[in-house]
Amino acid sequence: MSTHAERLNAVWYQGVSLGIIVVGITIALAAAYTSTREEVAAAVESDTRQTLEQVLPPGYADNNLLKDSLELTDAEGQAVTVYRARKSGTVRAVLFEQRGKGYSGVIKLIMAVDAEGVVQGVRVTTHTETPGLGDKIEAAKNDWIHSFEGKSLVAPGEKAWAVKKDGGVFDQFAGATITPRAVVATVKRGLEFFANHRAQLLDNPATSAGKAKEPSHE
Amino acid sequence: MSDSKDKGPDTRAIVRDGLWDNNVVLGQMLGMCPVMAVTSSATNGLGMGLATMVVLIVSNAMIASIRNWVSDTVRIPVFIALIAGLVTLVDICLNAWLHELYKVLGIYIALIVVNCAVLGRAEAFASRNTVAASALDGTAMGLGFTLALVVMGGIREILGAGTLFANAHILLGAHFAFLEMRVLPEAASTLFMILPPGGFLTLGLLIAARRRIQDGLEARAAASASTSAVLAN
Repeated sequence: MSTHAERLNAVWYQGVSLGIIVVGITIALAAAYTSTREEVAAAVESDTRQTLEQVLPPGYADNNLLKDSLELTDAEGQAVTVYRARKSGTVRAVLFEQRGKGYSGVIKLIMAVDAEGVVQGVRVTTHTETPGLGDKIEAAKNDWIHSFEGKSLVAPGEKAWAVKKDGGVFDQFAGATITPRAVVATVKRGLEFFANHRAQLLDNPATSAGKAKEPSHE
Repeated sequence: MSDSKDKGPDTRAIVRDGLWDNNVVLGQMLGMCPVMAVTSSATNGLGMGLATMVVLIVSNAMIASIRNWVSDTVRIPVFIALIAGLVTLVDICLNAWLHELYKVLGIYIALIVVNCAVLGRAEAFASRNTVAASALDGTAMGLGFTLALVVMGGIREILGAGTLFANAHILLGAHFAFLEMRVLPEAASTLFMILPPGGFLTLGLLIAARRRIQDGLEARAAASASTSAVLAN
């Protein structure tokens, strides 16, 4: 076995073996990524559909939300996909995603705002907040996220859109203030986005069924 | 630590090592970052423990299978590349094919990368033992890790929130909802235990308790050894 040991110690062998392993891993990862891209996109789309259904009261809309969407640009220059919930052709509510910066990363949420600018529902879709502390923003773990329902910029008023510690009306969590503060600010920003684009969002005939854009998911 | 390449330690020693003698958290004190991060509840500890165990088993087996072709000089980068690649693969595959599970375990998988226990076992055990022994070592170490995390998460959860295994149904499915219980009334809970200082305190007390028990066991073994020596004379 001395030749084996000698070869193991040769500099060329070390470099080549490391190279082969790294290239192999890279190929495996690239293959896994490309071969699962469609499944991941499908899973994300079904997640989106489920979330869209969650933020609206049952029977609120009678159209296919995923097929009735439009792209807008928000105040920060980011593209926002807006889904419209209609009943008998009239836009009753719009649903869109907002992102905020939480304690340990981006918090993404989907919110539904009705034609009067009142929040119908909010759900956090992805976040990386501390398990056991900040993750109470998930509907599955705590009822807190429902406290947005029925609120608008008019009632309880713009100043009240803060956690109680900051003089607002929303509860913070024991041990976690930054997370709920971020969610409240994000929902508020969503309402401002709605207010800025209200006419455009509620403009009924803008997307005829045929012209409706395919929703994009990033 | 294992000695020879050919003989290898026996099954009982490996299991004992993983669960008690060399317990990842309480004995080797590795992987403190995920330990502190997720042990705010027993359920989180269980999820993290199980996910880490799977990665430990596969990475140990993989590294043992290539151990004779990897030169000592480059072994660390090779192990790191393999482990990081493996964790990423698990992440991608779970996301694509077991999406429901991914939504639950996703937060833990990212944390496995920072668990140096995985690299630790690759270096200390898998790089000098057979594939089967290494896979067993991964299982035992993973179980020991899970056990430590569940105990620690349980203590912190009971004292900090008054509950035990809260939200277990999200991780394990509706059948396990019976695990969820309230041990103390909410008013009696001390938030401090869920916050990071509570984690350090619990960990310190657990390590001390393990040492105490270990000392007791050793003292008893020494005592019985000396009695049998006397009897032999």
